[in-house]
Amino acid sequence: MAEVEETLKRIQTHKGVIGTIVVNAEGIPIRTTLDNSTTVQYTGLLHQLTMKARSTVRDIDPQNDLAFLRIRSKKHEIMVAPDKEYLLIVIQNPSE
Amino acid sequence: MEIVHVYTKKRNEFGRQCNFSDRPAELHVDILPDPSLASNFIERDPCDIPIQCTQEMSEHEVNTERFESDTRGINHVEGGWPKDVNPQEMEQTIRFRKKVEKDEHYFSTIMQLGSNMEHCIKQNNAINIYQEYFEEEEVVEESEEQPSAKTINVFRDPNEIKRTATCLSWHPDGSCKLAVAYSSLGFQNISPDMSYDSYIWDIENPNKPEMTLKPVSLLVCLEYNPKDSHILVGGSYNGQIAYWDTRKGSQPVEMSTIEHSHRDPVYKVIWLQSKTGTDTFSASTDGQVLWWDIRKMSEPTERLVLDPNKKGNLDNALGAISLELDYHFVPTKFMVGTEQGLVVSCNRKAKTPAEKIVCTYSGHHGPIYALQRNPFFPKNFLTVADWTARIWSEDIKESSIMWTKYHMAYLSDGCWSPVRPSVFFTVKMDGTLDVWDFLFKQNDPTLSLKVCDEALYSLRVQDNGRFLACGSQLGTATLLEISPGLCTLQRNEKALATAMFERETKREKILEARHREMRLKERSRSEQSKDEDTKEGDGEESVEELATRTEAEFYEIVEAELKKRAKEQEKKVRRD
Repeated sequence: MAEVEETLKRIQTHKGVIGTIVVNAEGIPIRTTLDNSTTVQYTGLLHQLTMKARSTVRDIDPQNDLAFLRIRSKKHEIMVAPDKEYLLIVIQNPSE
Repeated sequence: MEIVHVYTKKRNEFGRQCNFSDRPAELHVDILPDPSLASNFIERDPCDIPIQCTQEMSEHEVNTERFESDTRGINHVEGGWPKDVNPQEMEQTIRFRKKVEKDEHYFSTIMQLGSNMEHCIKQNNAINIYQEYFEEEEVVEESEEQPSAKTINVFRDPNEIKRTATCLSWHPDGSCKLAVAYSSLGFQNISPDMSYDSYIWDIENPNKPEMTLKPVSLLVCLEYNPKDSHILVGGSYNGQIAYWDTRKGSQPVEMSTIEHSHRDPVYKVIWLQSKTGTDTFSASTDGQVLWWDIRKMSEPTERLVLDPNKKGNLDNALGAISLELDYHFVPTKFMVGTEQGLVVSCNRKAKTPAEKIVCTYSGHHGPIYALQRNPFFPKNFLTVADWTARIWSEDIKESSIMWTKYHMAYLSDGCWSPVRPSVFFTVKMDGTLDVWDFLFKQNDPTLSLKVCDEALYSLRVQDNGRFLACGSQLGTATLLEISPGLCTLQRNEKALATAMFERETKREKILEARHREMRLKERSRSEQSKDEDTKEGDGEESVEELATRTEAEFYEIVEAELKKRAKEQEKKVRRD
């Protein structure tokens, strides 16, 4: 339990990390460091996107599965680590 | 074994040939008209018969299917909460969350995902994986497009009697207006009905000039004040200078007095760079260059007579047609192009009038219609006169360093491109505009464009180098746009142009030195020969002797030619 906390805190304190969100399979944000409205927006959109990405990968090769999803935009990078039940979302400002 | 069947028929039973014979006409049927039948019909008078001789066309209507579009939005609301949890209530949500966090599965998942995530975060922090690695090697695509220019707008003289557009001036800010001076330069070509007006055109509207300027006499030249865009100064045909303020109307605000003005048409007027921004100077073929302050037009502030003997004698003076200022370096030095084909370089601040004229450059055969310094290399200037355009270096006074070939038509105006040091434009009397790029081709213009059928008299490039306007004999000002290749500075252009100018200057210097040597030798030799035999008094022939000698030579040649022809005729006759 404490390790979970420690892990999440360590992630949050990395250089450039703006926010961290843990989402469950139903789209409920379990842990978040951002404000509520932003969290809700991110979870809603990224959840759908991750599902789509995963289904794309599996359509091409059924043995394959989505390991990681990185979206780099002009302002920052959104990283999604998917799992069967949970999603870990981190928004980082990459070193420029 | 052959199966053969023999078929015989008498020849006279075959088919007889047709023998035609004449027979008189026989009447078979004769139906006589029965007037009683006419009662079954009604006469129709008149009969309308439409006939049409046109193309047959058909009409079809097509309409696309209407596409209905709708605007939708998504509102994100927290959802997915299980039924027993009310998302609004903080306690319930917190309790739910805590419950999830206690889950074993959650623990292991987060650990695993966390390590993945950390790897990526660290990667991001380590290097920028999307940076441009090969930026410097991007070769600028040199578009191999052909240089071209296209006409954008044509502004015609609205008056019936057309006058020549002799001078054009672009508006200093933004260049959206063009002032055109109209006059008639032919000797005594001015008819009493000719309108004296000159116009300011808005380049977007070629139908009607934006403003009219009404001078007392035809304007030969016109310039916008680069410091104050409402003020224009114009030199007129009767020698007077006038200035206008566009805010105040079409009449000139002030005109110079006739007694103190020029005695010939004022061919060029330029604004000076002064603190007050009100100084101009003007040049005319009467041989004077006058300085004016527009606030006080009753008298010129200064006067210079272009006497090559430096005596200030007006009778000897050279008529001035073009002027050029050395803006960047020395504000007191200027150059005048004369009718006689000389370029005179003068210094305004010289103490005595004799010293005002510093030096002259000769080499042209006719009046110098345009004179301009290269905006990038002020030591080199372009002159346009007679049938050539020449580029000079200030240091070499005997000849130009570069020149074009002799054209078929007279060159009437020219100017440098303000953005490219190696590009200049010239216009000719046959209505063509030439664009020269001497780094690309020296013998011919890079682009030669026939703008109109009549002669072109004036040319002006806008400050951005993209647009240029040329004025023709019938008062038509044409606005052209040049292709981007000709108005963007190429790589190394300045360095190459510098190298070229230096090379040509050096060549001319060497030639000049050689000429001087040869002349010295000649002089010393002729002096020697004079000492040796004093009997031969005529070291130099006088003009008359020269004339008789040439005449005799000429007749000799003609006679020889005639004799030759006669011989050839004889030969021909003999052969036949």
